Amino acid sequence: MEGDIVQMGAYIGAGLACMGMGGAAMGVGNVAGNFLAGALRNPSAAGGQTATLFIGIAFAEALGIFSFLVALLLMFAV
Amino acid sequence: MRPAGAATKGRRMATEAQGSEGGGLVFHPMDQFMVKPLFGDGAVGMFTLTNVTLWMVLAVAATFALLVLGTSKREIVPGRTQSIAELAYDFIRKMVEDVAGKDALPFFPYIMTLFMFIVFANFLGLLPMAFTTTSHIAVTAVLAMLVFVTVTVVGFVRHGAGFLSLFWVSSAPLPLRPVLALIEVISYFVRPVSHSIRLAGNMMAGHAVVKVFAAFAPMIALSVGVGILVTPLSILAITAIYALEVLVAFIQAYVFTILTCVYLRDALHPHH
Repeated sequence: MEGDIVQMGAYIGAGLACMGMGGAAMGVGNVAGNFLAGALRNPSAAGGQTATLFIGIAFAEALGIFSFLVALLLMFAV
Repeated sequence: MRPAGAATKGRRMATEAQGSEGGGLVFHPMDQFMVKPLFGDGAVGMFTLTNVTLWMVLAVAATFALLVLGTSKREIVPGRTQSIAELAYDFIRKMVEDVAGKDALPFFPYIMTLFMFIVFANFLGLLPMAFTTTSHIAVTAVLAMLVFVTVTVVGFVRHGAGFLSLFWVSSAPLPLRPVLALIEVISYFVRPVSHSIRLAGNMMAGHAVVKVFAAFAPMIALSVGVGILVTPLSILAITAIYALEVLVAFIQAYVFTILTCVYLRDALHPHH
């Protein structure tokens, strides 16, 4: 009985942790959207900034991956 | 992380999911990440040959085939393999030069090695029945720790104690600097964590999604009514996600290398 409640809590927590992915989605969309907005205004400067774009996306995405990791830990390691 | 323990727990959950109620998944989406010995069914020890070993060796062999065998003829008008090898070489060399600066070029062979290994491990992992070595944090953590240790050592060798000025943001107002220094130190030590988890998490998540849809695909065998709707949809979804995964496999290798370049730049030019 007690173990069941703990496991239920772990599963609910895993589901809640996945909400963090929504934040990462907004962050990545924000980075890419702003890059596109800037690139369309000044297309000649866009090519040199793709590396910066990917670094920005990687940093924003890392936090979503952290929430995914928390969900995985709750599912398989706790 | 305890891959073996997590895997057995995953297996137990997989059998539970198949349980009495109909319509459960045919296999568990995490089963594909299980580390198994190549020969026999014994326990996985320190020197056991496992599927991880096999696919890492294949990644190294693929790199060797592309870069050494592909360029062995040294044609003036390059063939297909040689052009791809030259393309990869130029791509990484330009990245190192642009992001980390000209004085980072002595580290180009290391960064090239990292990129080729990760990109081939990712792409080989996309083959059906293959094992994605980069989906295990144990593998990516070693790569990230190597980068972290290299960068820290290079920073201290080049600048001595001056390397610590990386944490002292001299452009900020004086009262803020200790606070910023604390944040900078924390973010410096979180680097290997995020560096490794980004790669492993991306690969694991993508492959798990493919397997979830793959488990829904044989639904038509269980019940024709629901299956006629679910099966074509999930096959379409597998195709779409797989295409995305091909892109992600390359982009994650690219991101891993470019972040290595960024960290290297910080070590070579620590002054804000």
